[in-house]
Amino acid sequence: MQAWHFSENAYHLLPDAKEYDSIRVTLPNRYYDPKIGADLYHRYIDEWVIAEDLGLEIMVNEHHQTATNLNPAGPIIMGILARETKKARLLILGNPIANRREPVRVAEEMAMVDVYSRGRLEVGFVRGVPYEMSAGNHRPVHMMDRFWEAHDLILKAWTSHDGPFNWEGKYFHHRQVNIWPRPYQQPHPPVWITSVTPSSARQVAEKGYVVASFLTGFDGTKAVIDTYRGRRAELGLPEPALDRFAYAALVYTGETDEEGYAGARKLMWYVESNKVPPQFTNPPGYHPTAATVNMMRGASGAGAGIFKLFQNPSLESFMGHGLVFAGNPDSVYKQIVKMYKHVGGFGHILLMGQAGFLEHDETVKGMKLFAKEVYPRLKELGPVVVP
Amino acid sequence: MTKTHTGWYTFHGVQLEIVECGQGRPILLLHGEDGIDLQAPFLNLLASFGQMFIPSHPGFGHSPEVDYIDTVDDLSYLYLDFLAAQNLQDVIIIGLSLGGWIAAEMAVKSTERIAKLILVAPVGIKVGDRETRDIPDIFALSANEVARLKYHDPTFAVVDYSKLSDDQLTALARNREATVLYAWEPYFHNPKLQRRLRRIDVPTLLLWGANDQFVTPRYYGAAYRDAIPGARLEMIDRAGHLPHIEQPVTVIEKIRMFIEERKT
Repeated sequence: MQAWHFSENAYHLLPDAKEYDSIRVTLPNRYYDPKIGADLYHRYIDEWVIAEDLGLEIMVNEHHQTATNLNPAGPIIMGILARETKKARLLILGNPIANRREPVRVAEEMAMVDVYSRGRLEVGFVRGVPYEMSAGNHRPVHMMDRFWEAHDLILKAWTSHDGPFNWEGKYFHHRQVNIWPRPYQQPHPPVWITSVTPSSARQVAEKGYVVASFLTGFDGTKAVIDTYRGRRAELGLPEPALDRFAYAALVYTGETDEEGYAGARKLMWYVESNKVPPQFTNPPGYHPTAATVNMMRGASGAGAGIFKLFQNPSLESFMGHGLVFAGNPDSVYKQIVKMYKHVGGFGHILLMGQAGFLEHDETVKGMKLFAKEVYPRLKELGPVVVP
Repeated sequence: MTKTHTGWYTFHGVQLEIVECGQGRPILLLHGEDGIDLQAPFLNLLASFGQMFIPSHPGFGHSPEVDYIDTVDDLSYLYLDFLAAQNLQDVIIIGLSLGGWIAAEMAVKSTERIAKLILVAPVGIKVGDRETRDIPDIFALSANEVARLKYHDPTFAVVDYSKLSDDQLTALARNREATVLYAWEPYFHNPKLQRRLRRIDVPTLLLWGANDQFVTPRYYGAAYRDAIPGARLEMIDRAGHLPHIEQPVTVIEKIRMFIEERKT
């Protein structure tokens, strides 16, 4: 198993949540102090470098107009890390390609980082959460059509080497596509795609990419992985290796269970502070029509039971459902193994191991204990008999 | 309630759900963002004026989306084709909000089959400069705030979902999604339309709720009126953006008088 250190670069020094309607999209940036922000960027970059020193891989992501994440341009942070590190794999999960106006630019950015990291880049493509729609003026309907057209264009840009090709699609036009540089890795960097519902996992399975699930818990994660496996079998494609599956959770390893829980409570800030009104969580067309009808009927979230947890988050419920792994090294190991066995195994764990109120020293301590006491045992995990 | 007939029209690969009622001269009613409410008193009153055709635009109600139709421009060609396919002449077009935008886009292309236009608080034009929010961003506002902007009496906006069938809820959800499809960007307008409105050469009546805060009559309505030669703007008191819902009798009376007016 490979473990990836992941931080959202949050800006956590906010006024009382009663003073604002939404932490995303509309929160005025007068609450952001650029001098503190500069310190935070340097701190978070240092932590990624420490992750490499500890033998962990590196993951960054991207969000817009939100205090929960100050990476509005993932490739820029990734560019810095490609230079600051020497051996870690570098995963950007990911590029919101249904929302980027120029897929060719995404292909260029990724090729560039891949080259000067000497082939250490792993390229994630994500649809983007619902709050990104107003933040970027992106139309929430027909997003996946746009996503896959952008994907096709990027892949073709990476793998065409004989001069320009023409692209006049439904969503994107570019008549002379001929990127410089081309990717370092051949034919192109590994591709990851996030998926929190089974329906979106089918196409990822067809392509054989890594599918990553975020905070989907026991059953949600299993549904995604089962769908992936099922779709491969349906098409007569080879069985996927465990490295095709990734799971992201909030993780804090302490010397004792109490210390682990205390760290995890600070990580829960991401969930607890995510105050967002319905117009941004459910823009029309983002969720399937049937899910919207369920919400009108009073069901919560996007139709899946797990989303109820987010309405009234607690460490206990999050741990119970496998969204948080926390405690002493042995406890964390056992919790991860429980998830691993439940879903039939996965090859990557994405560690959300930092949040604003978790100070630098605490963050590093949690990473160290994980890397030294938990990770070696996870690397030895073998295949699981798929039930 | 006047007898209505719901039918399906299929032409050029498009399937349209169309409600028909009444007899006489053809009237095409183009619904707004909220779709069609067959129980609305407005429809019942309107049916005495002629043969009403009330289509659900692709993506709204039960009409399926059509892969090559994703702009109001596309919808305007669709309904011009519909008038031609039915060989309808001297048609009165009534467009409500988004439907008013569609009607205007039709009329700038051809008024060959159109006798008169009645636009009820139409959207579709950009009036102010790039930093002026002509139309509030309903996708960034709470439902209560949107109701306050759209209605003189916001209690009209209250819907008890628990009393609706799955089919009705699905139609509601589809209406919102289709509104996003056609109006997300540019937001509820076509940057070219305002200058094209001068091409409209049929009598045009603009009806506007005096308390419409979604598109205000004195600013947005006046700009619409000024752009269409000879157009008249009439206000409906105690009404917001949906005067046909809040003041159906007054709206119907104004429509009746306009239809009966002789061409000048």
